[in-house]
Amino acid sequence: MSGRDPRAAAEAVWRLEAPKLIAAGLRMVRDVNLAEDLAQDALVAALEQWPRDGVPVNPAAWMTAVVKRRAVDHIRRNERFRQRQPELARTAAESMELDPDHDVERIDDDLLRLVFIACHPAISQQSRVALTLRLLGGLTTTEIAHAFLVPEATVAQRIVRAKTDLRHANAALDEPGPEQRLERLDAVLEVIYLIFNEGYTATAGADWSRPVLCNEALRLGRLLRGLIPEDPEVLGLLALMEFQSSRLAARHASDGTAVLLDDQDRSRWDHDRIRRGLAAIAAAEATGEPMGPYLLQAQIAACHARARTPVQTDWSKVTFWYDLLAQVAPSPIVQLNRAVSVGRSHGPHAGLALLDTINADPKIGGLHLYHAVRGDLLARLGRHGEARAEFTHAASLTGNESEQALLRRRAADLPETDMPRQDF
Amino acid sequence: MVVTDFAKEYSEMRYLTMIKSRPNMGPPPPALMEAIGALTADGFRDGYLLEAGGLAPEMVRVRVRAGKVDVVDGPFSEAKEIVGGYAMVEARSKEGATELGSRMMAAHAEHWPGWEGEVEIRSVFGNPPA
Repeated sequence: MSGRDPRAAAEAVWRLEAPKLIAAGLRMVRDVNLAEDLAQDALVAALEQWPRDGVPVNPAAWMTAVVKRRAVDHIRRNERFRQRQPELARTAAESMELDPDHDVERIDDDLLRLVFIACHPAISQQSRVALTLRLLGGLTTTEIAHAFLVPEATVAQRIVRAKTDLRHANAALDEPGPEQRLERLDAVLEVIYLIFNEGYTATAGADWSRPVLCNEALRLGRLLRGLIPEDPEVLGLLALMEFQSSRLAARHASDGTAVLLDDQDRSRWDHDRIRRGLAAIAAAEATGEPMGPYLLQAQIAACHARARTPVQTDWSKVTFWYDLLAQVAPSPIVQLNRAVSVGRSHGPHAGLALLDTINADPKIGGLHLYHAVRGDLLARLGRHGEARAEFTHAASLTGNESEQALLRRRAADLPETDMPRQDF
Repeated sequence: MVVTDFAKEYSEMRYLTMIKSRPNMGPPPPALMEAIGALTADGFRDGYLLEAGGLAPEMVRVRVRAGKVDVVDGPFSEAKEIVGGYAMVEARSKEGATELGSRMMAAHAEHWPGWEGEVEIRSVFGNPPA
């Protein structure tokens, strides 16, 4: 076959351009819903005209031109709108006068505005996720529903609700100032990481992971890096996602069961992603700014990524990063992971001692992970009876079936008798 | 609202794209380099471009003949085409990768009169892992 299928080309171009089309429309009409409609109009126009006239030489510019023309039409036609909101008309009129080269430079600002709107504080977190995937990922409601295994109507509802809330909050006119921006950036990073984790740990459904969501989150992370290139946390999150997703192929066996980090076939890690993760870390370090939680987690992930075999892991470095992370973002999980790390770098006794100092916190002592970690440390000291009790208790505390199975297996695999006491 | 059901087409893939042309075309015009620079910047920002670069014409071949490994220095006069640049991209479909390749070729057509060549687009097996 020769030549491009015009319909397929229109869809592919729209996929690539949707965020920019919406962002450019938003600058002119200052309404998310309308901006999205304008972008859809561009796709409809392409699907109608390209099969007849052929794919244009510059398809992206063609679609952008449609969006701008329709936006101008809309503004001119809607006199009432203009009278009621003179400020909006002025903004639009200003942008219409710009020459195309200026528009090219402004697209970064437009995209960033769209990012902040999709993660606006006026809307719920679930809606932020849906809206971000829709406006910045160019995903359809159907695809978002598939990815999250929720009914399509639920996603549609979240999006409608979000748009109403945005309109009420006048969000399209609200440009965050420098201080607000940092706060709002945190929300953006959180939404991206949420999308990533939904793909990485697949909280629902038969699949262990849904790489589509991981890939979307990675693309969003790269987009944000392009828009805010020198923020250590933006780079940190990107690095973290690169490292974690590099293990996607290795973290489940062919029968679908989980494979823990130590047991993974590291040759199946995606070393291309690891390399990009390390580059992002280097760029973050080069900013010379203090490290935040994402970058610190990325540093920890990097210690694993650098080790070609589990025994080569630099656990004292892992512990070092966990120490910092526990200061910057203390949480029960961080405390537990720190204990694991100390158990590896300073021996099981040290790990257990650390656990004893933190288990007074009921938020930690009641976690199945606490008992799983404790069981692991006890097992390595040869205290098999106690270890078995901890693994069994841990299994009773988790609702995740594959985790239960893993913990019961560990309990069952322990030798009957304890090893003689040794001093480590 | 939703015009097309994209879901059936959705499969994220990594593609290696290679720009090929006749050898000895001379250096690319500055306007083309500028256009490629802009495309590349867009690609990195939008998140689909993972890596890109131009290739110097000098080449070495390490080959196997009759079970023996042998090193041969270029230039190779018999070469009908050479790879002048490459990019590693991530796209959701073959059509997506085709569009990215088309942009690169459109820039060549516009800024390098007389240039003829192609971009070859190949999907990389097993990446990203499913």
